[in-house]
Amino acid sequence: MKENPKILSFLCKWCSYTGADLAGINRMQYPTAILPIKIMCSSRVDPVFLIKSYLRGADGILVGG
Amino acid sequence: MNKKNRSVLVVGAGIAGIQASLDLADLGLQVHLIEESASIGGRMPQLDKTFPTNDCSMCILAPKMSECARHPNIKIHIKTKLSAISGNPGDFLVKVIEEAKYVDPVKCVACGICESKCPVKTDDEFDMGLRKRGAISRYFLQSIPSEYTIDKTKCLYLTKGVCRICEKVCPAKAINYEDKDKEIELNVGAVILATGIDAFDPIGFGHFGYKSFKNVVTSLEFERMLSASGPLGGHVVRASDKKEPQKLAFIQCVGSRDESIDHNYCSAACCMFAIKEAIIAQEHMKGLQTAIFNMDIRAYGKDFDKYYEKAKNQYGVKFIKSKVSGITETEAGSLILKYVFENGEIHYSEFDMVVLSIGLQPRANIADLADKLEIKLNEYGFCRSDAFAPLQTTRDGIYVCGAVNGPRDIPESVTTASGAVAEAVKFLKLERQDMTPKEDAVPEKDVWGERPRIGAFVCHCGINIAGVVDVKSVAESARSLPNVEHAEDLMYACSQDCMNTIKERIKEHNLNRIIVAACTPRTHEPLFRETISEAGLNPYLFEMANIRDQCSWAHMNEPELATLKAKDLVTMGVAKARELTPLKRLPIEINPRALIIGGGLAGMTSAQSLAAAGYECYLLEKEDELGGNMRNIYFNFDKDPQKYLAELVADISGNELIHIYKNAKIDAVEGFVGNYKTTIAVKNNDKQEILEHGIIIVATGAEEHKTTEYLYGESSRIITQVEFEQMLHDQDFPKPKVKNVVMIQCVGSREEGKMYCSRVCCTKAVKNALNLKKKHPNVNIYVAYRDVRTYGFREKYYTELRDQGAMFVHYEPENKPQVKLIDDFDPDSKVNVTMFDPIMNREVVVEADLLILATAIDARKENIDLAKMLKISLNTDGMFLEAHVKLRPVDFATEGVFVAGLAHNPKDMDESITQAKAAASRGLTYLSKKSILAEGTITEVNEDRCTGCGYCEEICAYNAIAVDPEKEIAVINEALCKGCGACVASCRCSALNLRGFTNEQLFSVFDALELTN
Repeated sequence: MKENPKILSFLCKWCSYTGADLAGINRMQYPTAILPIKIMCSSRVDPVFLIKSYLRGADGILVGG
Repeated sequence: MNKKNRSVLVVGAGIAGIQASLDLADLGLQVHLIEESASIGGRMPQLDKTFPTNDCSMCILAPKMSECARHPNIKIHIKTKLSAISGNPGDFLVKVIEEAKYVDPVKCVACGICESKCPVKTDDEFDMGLRKRGAISRYFLQSIPSEYTIDKTKCLYLTKGVCRICEKVCPAKAINYEDKDKEIELNVGAVILATGIDAFDPIGFGHFGYKSFKNVVTSLEFERMLSASGPLGGHVVRASDKKEPQKLAFIQCVGSRDESIDHNYCSAACCMFAIKEAIIAQEHMKGLQTAIFNMDIRAYGKDFDKYYEKAKNQYGVKFIKSKVSGITETEAGSLILKYVFENGEIHYSEFDMVVLSIGLQPRANIADLADKLEIKLNEYGFCRSDAFAPLQTTRDGIYVCGAVNGPRDIPESVTTASGAVAEAVKFLKLERQDMTPKEDAVPEKDVWGERPRIGAFVCHCGINIAGVVDVKSVAESARSLPNVEHAEDLMYACSQDCMNTIKERIKEHNLNRIIVAACTPRTHEPLFRETISEAGLNPYLFEMANIRDQCSWAHMNEPELATLKAKDLVTMGVAKARELTPLKRLPIEINPRALIIGGGLAGMTSAQSLAAAGYECYLLEKEDELGGNMRNIYFNFDKDPQKYLAELVADISGNELIHIYKNAKIDAVEGFVGNYKTTIAVKNNDKQEILEHGIIIVATGAEEHKTTEYLYGESSRIITQVEFEQMLHDQDFPKPKVKNVVMIQCVGSREEGKMYCSRVCCTKAVKNALNLKKKHPNVNIYVAYRDVRTYGFREKYYTELRDQGAMFVHYEPENKPQVKLIDDFDPDSKVNVTMFDPIMNREVVVEADLLILATAIDARKENIDLAKMLKISLNTDGMFLEAHVKLRPVDFATEGVFVAGLAHNPKDMDESITQAKAAASRGLTYLSKKSILAEGTITEVNEDRCTGCGYCEEICAYNAIAVDPEKEIAVINEALCKGCGACVASCRCSALNLRGFTNEQLFSVFDALELTN
């Protein structure tokens, strides 16, 4: 396990991105590994995105929608 | 015909004044917004958080303040007072006095050097005296306008003729001691008063020791202590020894519900305010114990009871039903509360700190203002208005909103503001606006083919970000990224002066892409986009990195890792910014007619308001008669509801702009804002009809809860409050003479699975009981209640009923009154009601001639289908869910759809009228435009690649794609496309791409990830 893993997180603007904001507003703490990318909808996530992300060194991927 | 004018005056720039101004300005009217203090914003900026969502108050308000400041139709006059008014509605001549500011607002850059050098140190009003300010200062950090002003009562030069230090140190040469007060004359069609309220000053309440005991503070002072940008940086300590309190007490109703000071009204917001402060304080200080001393907890608003339960169960806040009779101080500075229970028992408890939940009262100068305006005040000194004309003053053309005519919370203030606009437009000249860019707009710079020149701005957000993340080093790392021409850290990127900075930097460095690392794009992206377009950049050449909500706030204990993450987020953002291209927003035509669903009080009122503004509407009613639930209401305290209803029905029935469809049902709704097509069917009429309209107002009401509790249905003597009101109206009481009446409150409300207050039942019970007493003074009335929620001015009737001898018996849900028929076989049997009386500390049994149940207000089952049809949401109780519970209380997240009346939440008639008017005025902001502009982030088709397979057409949830049968390629309906991108991911030929979220743009983000490793 890496010291500072990076989990690329595709978050839907309407739900999970808003949810991540809400987590912040409520000061819910979670690891800094989560790197959010705002997308318009989780259905925008093309399988190619996942492959590209891993190739570029992502340690994990989260799709929220 | 009334004379009409295109200008309007709004007095007071709190949240109500701001909302009213924005709505009026969006209607194309010229607004003069005058404000006595040195900034717009009112009370909200002083608040740390807002209930029941714990949203940061400033964060939700700031975008509205900025919008207000930048709206071309709004002229803000700070430090300005109304001095005289003459003329008539539609043609008022108003004189206002703009006080001298002694600082040239054009030259001042708000650097703050003047205040840091000012020798005067005086109590800062914004921070409730917990901090000192100079004689030259700005009201608060995010003040709008941001310029400094001099307080002439404190300035040494202006009072004693010595000093002039600020003049010497000001780098912008903005100080002007010769500045004079100015009188300005304004010709306006209507006036909206939004002057707000004062907080009660508890200094006269010696027994609470305010100002003599150091650790007794008011709720407003405590709010400033909790605020991260407040004088204590959010770290609450006792004034006496700077130690964190371990035990904290709140005392409710200080200055409210108190006949001894002529405040026989409830201040409406303080219960929730205290619960919020208790929750937030517990989050700030681990292990803190809090107790709220109260008579009743009045959590009567939408989702308030859930918040109250959360405070009790999740946070362990103690709620102690008692009256605090005095406080003494110990040597260590702690405070001993003496409190009395209802049964007379006296207790003592020690606390480290005490917060007085101070009530709301009319502004000190309201009598003077009322004199100038020739309007009347009510018995408590608030503006007088009427139950069925809740936004009108006693003078035509002058309207009220916010707390001017009674205490209310933020969402209600916003609702009254939009509502007052619907009243004011009667005297204002509306014209349909053309929204295509004006010639004087800043011309857009063509950046196609230019090398990306990125500007990166990193926001401190006070200490919200900078308290965790090393903002300077984030800006430093941004500077080293490819194509970044300029990087800078800003204190509050969203403040007016920082936005000016961004505009200047764009010019200075010829920037063509901008990234701001700050809070969330959900709230602030529109603002920054507008800012860069003012500097000539296409608004889509903007990217935001969320380093607050999704970084500093989520990683508060890991500053180093949070800083690393912030750098990564900025790196990813810069990568995307590099690939951004300018996008166009297409105009969407707006059909100027409205559809109103529901012909009850709310729906009819909305129709009336729209028609008064000259707009047509279709009003659908599912029953064969208009009026909805109001048909069952016979009494109000001073007005006859049935008379009002009959007049309203007659008024709208005779209006040619209102097309009424009774017995109507909706079969289908298609389309989108501006262009709806609704198919309706009318009973006994085979034909369907298609209505075309631009907006929708949902006013479908709610229904009475059907209970089986308390043996309802088993005796004719067990009835609901609605049935009792009918009985009072018909004067048809059971024989022989009624002696004992028991009322049980909260039947079907405030219970597991239905955790909400039905809001009107306490007042209804009191109203009906008083009515009964009037005709039958000897009847004994017992009211079994949980909390008596006669909020606002309704309190008076509650005390009146108590004075008339009605017995109020408190019960808890685990100890409900027990009901037994005296004769099980008699359908008209009397009822034995057994209640535990906490005052006598024993059970009492009442032989009731009538048992009256205050049954809940339930959401309609049909809401579920309607919500699907209109693509809008419901809350967990099945009520329609507005776009934002605080600041967008009548809008839905779906553009062009609005809500009013009981469909939103239980409410009283005056509140339904207000909300219906608000929905009409929010709707008018669309109807009054010929077209609006669609989003730029939509799908585009590469026609050379598309094979016309139609897979995207199948997948699109918004019916925005259709394959052209002749050309065999997919065609996008740009107005319908929501930009979700589902089609893009599904396209097997890579023929589709989502503008603003293209494959290339997202790939560049993954590539950047490599850089961050």
